[in-house]
Order: sequence, then C-alpha cells, then structure tokens
Amino acid sequence: MSGFDTIIEGVLLGGVYALFALGLSLIFGIMRLVNLAHGDLILLAAYLVLSATTALGLPLAAASLLVVAAMFVLGFVLQRLVLERVLGDDILPPLLVTFGLSIVIQNGLLLGYGADSRRLQAGAFESSSVTLAPGLSVGLAPLTALVTAIAAVALLQLIFYRTSLGRAFRATADNPAIAQLMGVNERNVYAIAVGLSLAVSVIAAIVFGIRASFDPSIGPARLLYAFEAVIIGGLGSLWGTLAGGIVLGLAQAIGGRINPEWQILAGHLTFLAVLMVRPRGLFPARRT
Amino acid sequence: MSVESIDMPAGREQCPAGVPVWQIRVGTRRSRIAAVAGIALVVVLAALPAIASRNLIQDLIFVLTMLTLAQLWNVLAGWGGLVSVGQQAFVGLGAYALFAGIVMAGLDPVAAIPLAGLFAALIAALLGPLLFRLEGPYFAIGSWVAAEALRLICAQFKSLGGGTGMSISPGELSQMFGLKAVQALLGLRPAAARDVLVYWLALLLAVLVTLGIYAFIRSRHGLALAASRDNGPAARSVGVRTARIRHLLWIAVAFATGMVGAVVYLQKARISPDAAFSVTDWTAYVIFIVVIGGVRTIEGPMVGVLLLWGLVTWLAQYGSLYLVVLGTLAILIMLFMPRGVWGAAARRWQVQLFPTQRWLGRSR
Repeated sequence: MSGFDTIIEGVLLGGVYALFALGLSLIFGIMRLVNLAHGDLILLAAYLVLSATTALGLPLAAASLLVVAAMFVLGFVLQRLVLERVLGDDILPPLLVTFGLSIVIQNGLLLGYGADSRRLQAGAFESSSVTLAPGLSVGLAPLTALVTAIAAVALLQLIFYRTSLGRAFRATADNPAIAQLMGVNERNVYAIAVGLSLAVSVIAAIVFGIRASFDPSIGPARLLYAFEAVIIGGLGSLWGTLAGGIVLGLAQAIGGRINPEWQILAGHLTFLAVLMVRPRGLFPARRT
Repeated sequence: MSVESIDMPAGREQCPAGVPVWQIRVGTRRSRIAAVAGIALVVVLAALPAIASRNLIQDLIFVLTMLTLAQLWNVLAGWGGLVSVGQQAFVGLGAYALFAGIVMAGLDPVAAIPLAGLFAALIAALLGPLLFRLEGPYFAIGSWVAAEALRLICAQFKSLGGGTGMSISPGELSQMFGLKAVQALLGLRPAAARDVLVYWLALLLAVLVTLGIYAFIRSRHGLALAASRDNGPAARSVGVRTARIRHLLWIAVAFATGMVGAVVYLQKARISPDAAFSVTDWTAYVIFIVVIGGVRTIEGPMVGVLLLWGLVTWLAQYGSLYLVVLGTLAILIMLFMPRGVWGAAARRWQVQLFPTQRWLGRSR
C-alpha cells in the first residue's frame, strides 16, 4: 500500500465525516444549539433504515425516503415539544436535555436491537469499485459517500442563499427578534432547521451504514467526529465543514497507517492541534 | 419602596442608635440547625463500619463517591457555567495515576491518592487554555473529545495493561497504610478492612469537597464566579478576573475528581481504559444526579444521589432500561421542574439547609 492510497482513503473517509457534521453545523449555525444527541440520532436513523429494509422488505432507496421523511417529522416535533422549552440565555438546559436524549436513544436502541453489529445491505454496490486511473481503483460506496457529501453541501448552500426559507434561516441566525418583526415565524424556522438537520443525518447514516458495521454504542463517537469536522473547518461555513471532515479523515487514515491503534487518536490530536494553532478553524467564514 | 430603605445610612460607624442597618445575610436559623444535624450525620456515618454489613459499606462507597462527583460537577457547570461532558477524563487519570504509583513507583496507595489528584490537576491545567478557546456549548463537546483522547492514550501504556486493563493483587495492597489498624480495630479480614478504609476515605472526601464548595460559593469568589457565568463583560468591568477564576476552578475540580477516581479504583482494584473513562458511569450518572436533585444547590446532589441509589436497587437488574428511565426522568425534570426536586421543594416550603443565596435584611 502506498502513501497515495492512504490519502485517497482519508479523503473518502472525510466525505462520511462531513455528512455527519452537516446536520450538527446546520443547527449550530441557526439556533446556537449544540445537539449532544446528534450521533445517536444518526444511529437511530441507521437502525430505522435497517428495519425498513429487513422487516418491511422495502428496497434501500424507498426505505431511505421513508426514513428521511420520518426523521424530518421527528426533528420538527422534537424542537416544538422539547427543545423549544429549554432554549434561552442559559446554555445548561439545552445541553442537559440533548445529553439525556443521547443516553435514552443509545440505551433504547440497545433494548430494541441488541448489542450485535449490524450493516445495511446494498447488494453488489458495496463491493464494486471504479477505476479512476490505471492502477488506481476506489470502492464505489466510499466514492459515492464523498460525492453525496459534496452534493449535500451544494444543496444546503442553495437552500441557504437562494430560497426564502434560507433567508429566514439566515435572518433568524443573525437576530431572532428582528426576524420576527419582519414576519418570520421563529418557532417554525427553528423546527424546520432541526427537521432538516435530522433529514441530512439520515443520508449520513445510510452512507455510513453501507460502509461499516454499527452497533448502538458508537453514537457518541459519531458526534465527536462531526464536532471535530465543524471546528477544524471553522464555524459558520458549510464548505469549511466539508474541508474539516476531509482533514479529519486524512488524519485518521494517516494515523491508522502508522499504527492501527492510533487511527482515532490521531484524529483527536489533530483537532486539539488545530484548536491550539488556529482556534477559529482552518477555513473560517469571512463574516464575523 | 418603604421609607426605611430610603433612610439607609451611608456607613455603619456614623449610624445613630436605633436606626436599622441593612446587611446582607446568607445563613438562616434552619441552616444553623442543619449544620448541627450534618455534623451528627457525619459522626454516625464514620462510626457505621462498626455495625454495618460489607454490602452496605460498598453501597455507601458508591453513594459517597457519586455525591462528591456530583458536587464537583455542580460547582463547575451549575455555578461556573463550564458545562463539561468530559469529567470522566479526570476520574480515569486519577485512577491510572494511582495504579501507576502503586505498580511502577511502589508508592503506598493512600499516599498515592493526593498525587493522583495532582496529576489530574496538572493535565487539566495543560488542557484548560486549549478547551477554553471553545465558547459555552462547544466547550461541552471539546471536553468530551479531550477525555476520549486521554482514554486512547492511557490504552497505549502496555505496562498498565494496555487496552484490556489490569488488576492489583490483594498482596500488593495488604501493606497499605492504616489497613492493619482497621483490621485490628474492627476484627476484619484484609478485603473487608480495605473496603472500610476506602469508605472512610470516600466519606472524608465527600465532607471536605461539600464544605469546600459551600464555603467557596458563599465567599466573594463564589459571587465573582457566578458573575463571570451570567455576564462576562459586565463582571470584567467591575474588576472580576473571569478567565482566571474559571481556569482555577477547572483545575481545582480536576484535582478533587482525580482523587475520587483514585479512591473508587482503589476499592475496585481492577482498571481498564473503557471503564475508567466511561462517559456513562462518571458523567451521565453524575449529571442526572445533579439535574434530578437540583442544579446550583448544595442539597440537590444529596437528594439526587439518594434517588439514584433507590432507583439502582430497584431497576439496575434491567440494565439499559434503567438508563432509559433515568434519562427520560432527567429530561422531564429539566422541562417541567428545572430547579430539580430539591429546588422545587425549597421554593415551595422556603427551606434552605445550605443557603447560598444572599438576603438583604435588617440587623437587630
């Protein structure tokens, strides 16, 4: 295995991390909410897709659409019934509620599905690969993950800067009180943002669930990778988050190549190093 | 506004006899009764090993260590606004420092406990400036990342068992300071005597930490801390050094948390990175205790830990279901009773056993 392979592997891994991070980044940005249950919600989505494909016998694409819709509704309801009540100047209540949610989802999944490792079945897609150049072929699934991540960032950018919903998002993020005066329904904007965040997480869950096996205990680690990607990339920039995910993926791939035990640690240490050298991230938003 | 409050004299020394002087008070009559009752309770708890079963002693070690961790998290996150989800880092570091001290340096376990605390404080001092670059909620996940990194680093030390962990043989602990005296005093075998010794250490830590936090919160430094949490710029404008007070609090809490970790793992005598750095065991339970009992009160963690203990004996056999119930309970309390069980009761019946609020009142 050459060093070049490691770099390709890292970049492709970064696509998955960027997908984890997008949903987190979205509600970070709009409502200053740090959702500590984000990783466990990704896992919940993966298990829902698993159930839809195995128990209901749906094809993966149909199951995905169904779960995207279900998670959007869940996010909307979660915001309106729970999170809305604790958002405010005090940062403690929302953190504690989402942390409680994380523990509840993680252990609920353990009760419902057991501790065994599972994987989403995607047929021949999982193992097939494409040849990019002579002697260089990459797995179709990881490549799709990266392409999906790029497409998701592009789509979210489009929503943010080209639609009235995006304008409402940006206005509410800048100043909720004035946005409300201008006729923006703040409660709905927040609820749609959380719903959108969970819908994006379903895509992350599917891409991840095809690539690797998962069990209920790995949710918090997904949250940490997502967070590291956001901070490495720089707050407030979705393209930065994609870049942050790729930096994290590269760090893990290179660390893992040196010693398999160092893969995750290398990612964490890179995060701490970025925090030390460039606390605003590598690619911060130009607006301050 | 009453007439008397306008008549407030400028200074005590110029105050004519008979005119009321306004002063700030923290204590109440009930709090003085509670202090006496608290001393009595500690004396009873200290004497308990003479009659209690070994099971009860082990349960109480759990209660006392969780209470200490809850008090520490409460002062850090509740009063200090440093909402850490990474306190398991310092439990794990303390535990690993204890094992390293015993196995590699041949230290006496009891002497190694404060050193374990110092080690945790040292790492906290190094991590602090880095993590404080993350504002508010980002700090929460940042502290969690740091804890995970430390877990993975501890798993690299092959001489401390690597990823699978290690045990300390009873033989290595048999020469522990005070063990022979406890054996002779209570007529116990070494294993039971070790539990009693750990129990006393846990009781000592719980009392010292609770009193230390109580005194700190009632001091002007506690007021400065609350001001830094509520409004940093305003606090700085009246001369509070907000960054410094938070950094010192972070280090002091890590020091005590490290000692708790060392005490817990002295009793377990078996360590592994996954257990010592477990976010569920050392942070989730602790947060649930504080939330259910009542954030920003000294009594809250005490009520919370007793409720947790009750739930453990009732539900622990169901494993995951227990955590689902506990998590749901914590969310519901946060939504409908944000001051927690104690906070709601104290408000309803106007009871404060360890008052930390300042009251403006007239002196006699």
